[in-house]
Amino acid sequence: MKFVTFGALRRKGIVGMNYRNVELIGRYNPRSHYPLVDNKLMTKELATASGVPVTELYATIERQSQLRNLHDILAPFESFVVKPDYGSGGKGIVVITHREGDTFIKASGDALSLNDLRKHISNILSGLYSLGGRYDTAIIEKVVAFDPMFADYSFEGVPDIRIIVYRGYPVMAMMRCPTRESDGKANLHQGAVGVGLSLKDGSALSAVIHDRPVTHHPDTHHDFAKLKVPQWEAVLTMAASCYEMTGLGYLGADIVFDKNDGALMLELNARPGLAIQIANGRGLRERLETVDRQKQPRSAAERVLYSMNYIE
Amino acid sequence: MISSRFQVMMIAMLLAMTGLFVAWYKVVYLGVPVTPHDKRSVFTVTAEVDLEGTGAPASVSLRLPSTQPGMKILEREGEAGEFGMTTALMDDGELLHWTKRSFDAKSKLFYKIRVTPEPLYEPQDSQALWDTTPAYDDTQFWDASEQAAAAGILNYAREHSADAISLAAQLIDMFNTEMPTDAVKELQAKKNETTASLVMALLAREKITFRKVRGIMLEDGQKKRRAVTLLEVKGADESGYFSFKTGQITLPENFFVWSLGNRAMMTTKGIAKARLRFSVSEAKVAASMLSKREMLKQGNDFLNFSLYALPSSQQNAFKQLLLIPIGALVVVIFRILIGIRTMGTFMPVLFALAFIQTTLISGLAMFFVIVSSGLIVRSYLSRLQLLLVARISAVIIVVISIMSVMSIVSFKLGIDEVLKITFFPMIILSWTIERMSILWEESGAREALTQVGGSLVVAIAAFFAMDNDFVRHLTFTFPELQLLVLAMVILVGRYTGYRITELVRFAPLAGR
Repeated sequence: MKFVTFGALRRKGIVGMNYRNVELIGRYNPRSHYPLVDNKLMTKELATASGVPVTELYATIERQSQLRNLHDILAPFESFVVKPDYGSGGKGIVVITHREGDTFIKASGDALSLNDLRKHISNILSGLYSLGGRYDTAIIEKVVAFDPMFADYSFEGVPDIRIIVYRGYPVMAMMRCPTRESDGKANLHQGAVGVGLSLKDGSALSAVIHDRPVTHHPDTHHDFAKLKVPQWEAVLTMAASCYEMTGLGYLGADIVFDKNDGALMLELNARPGLAIQIANGRGLRERLETVDRQKQPRSAAERVLYSMNYIE
Repeated sequence: MISSRFQVMMIAMLLAMTGLFVAWYKVVYLGVPVTPHDKRSVFTVTAEVDLEGTGAPASVSLRLPSTQPGMKILEREGEAGEFGMTTALMDDGELLHWTKRSFDAKSKLFYKIRVTPEPLYEPQDSQALWDTTPAYDDTQFWDASEQAAAAGILNYAREHSADAISLAAQLIDMFNTEMPTDAVKELQAKKNETTASLVMALLAREKITFRKVRGIMLEDGQKKRRAVTLLEVKGADESGYFSFKTGQITLPENFFVWSLGNRAMMTTKGIAKARLRFSVSEAKVAASMLSKREMLKQGNDFLNFSLYALPSSQQNAFKQLLLIPIGALVVVIFRILIGIRTMGTFMPVLFALAFIQTTLISGLAMFFVIVSSGLIVRSYLSRLQLLLVARISAVIIVVISIMSVMSIVSFKLGIDEVLKITFFPMIILSWTIERMSILWEESGAREALTQVGGSLVVAIAAFFAMDNDFVRHLTFTFPELQLLVLAMVILVGRYTGYRITELVRFAPLAGR
């Protein structure tokens, strides 16, 4: 275990949890706006209205009684994702990649019966995965089709791109690549790789697993140095426009790439974590201050151009 | 617009200062002890009167002490024996009368008073009466040459002094010197006169206001002592104290004044022989006991408002309740300043409260046994695919069963401590088991153990902070210190610096 001093963290401009809670979330994220991001259905509606592409919604299940018709509800779909409306941190998400009659095959290859799926959805409705355990709604939506572009950098799951948007300006970005250890999930604390991305062009800067630097993906052994996210300006613009959409001054936008639909906004987070600093090897502080100095109002596209050119 | 950070600072300062001020006031002016084991001296001063009767109706009058600065009177009590006892409030203080129709034997009468020295104690009704009657009209007893000597002494003293106080000092000096003047010698030769009576006679001639101060030194083990007589001489705006032997003195701190004024301390009627003697004994009493009793007895408005005024059952409830803010402060410090992750925000405080009832070691043992067996049961229940609410209810029932079995087994084995486990809040345990197993499934054993471990670390810290005689005493005796705790919590709530654990978390970043 290695220790550093308070001074060393400050000199590096690293933002700590307390600073994030008081000066970023407490100051710029009004509580009344939280439902817009905590509730995935609401986020979806809002994004559609603002022209931000999202994954297609198949169905919602609100009551336990609807579970009797689950077979009929799922009948039209060959593949789908089930998630809790109020879930966070990827909890309770089941991805069905294909089905054989009423046997559903998960991304990991495990099979689920219709009954298993029914129990899982019942748990979602009971509030098992929701924030604070309130009654929840289950969302059934289209699976993001794995874009082979990132196949080299992911094990089983779909990598996503997390962009921190501060007062409308994208200030830091990373890609989260699932590993065998993370069980195909894109959660850093479960062992996914965090790859810091350059705001200028979306190319990889550095990568970490469990806060330790790596150069290659532990399962696919591909070099992260060759990673570069395409359509970078469009991705950043999607993230930046979430500021007007939600009114949140400090938010994390999660974006995935679909083979057919391109970049899609997956979800928004009103309390994005700070591990992105470790993935980037950089502190956030200086970038936040740069944004604080911008006084003139700018459109999302203008803010993205500013970030691409001046925030580094 | 005042920034919110500034407002926070101001509010915290204000709260902290109010809390500290009230506590300080209670300590300094009301003598509320700061530590639970703080011992204070309580002196019992006993005035003892030995009597021999004449057969006639007898009465003994004793002047009683009144309140005085720096000395708090806790209790007074007279013993009358076969006598009747009454007290009378005169304009120069209280007077005790012992009376009997016919008395011819020997007897002893007692009057006891219990006092404790308190340096800053200032009574409201301090007796400041000065006896200005010319008590020593010596003209009819003194012959011409004695009067001339007195005039000479006074002339000399007047010339060598500046005011009443220094004149008195000069006079006493003249009587106490090894080589007194002829005039002094002449007066000293008089029968029935002492230095004291001569000095007072001379002061009376000079029309200087003075009074006798009679009392006793508060020292343990004084037995059958005569009262010490000091002279208090009134100056222009302050008075000076004199000992007839050593001249001007400052009133000793442990001097308990029994009576003020020039009248006799004790007068008798129908008594052949009477002797007044004083004894002093010291006892060390836990200060908290002392002030508690004082608060209630004195009817001090401020302290009547204290928690000690509640019935004792409510007091005990408050003793527990007032500890919770301390536990909350520990949680705030551990989570915000140190950055230890816990399961649920205030779960650790609830654990700590449970540990206080069960004692730490047995509480921890119970925790491990119940949580681990609960986890096993719960993992089986999850295979039954129950709905959430039903599953938690089932866990609660199982937890209670485990607790019952443990209690019975341990009772049979003769381990009493385990019986206390029934106090362990079972709902908390059930929720812990439920949350832990969910966490275990979703984030892995590592995260679940980290959070439970963190909760236990904080709970143990909170336990030590709360289960501590000093803290218990402070929180209950000085509930205003809650304001200080509140101020600290508010201040920490605006702390935007790094957490201690972030020194490790971000180390690879800053180290590069």
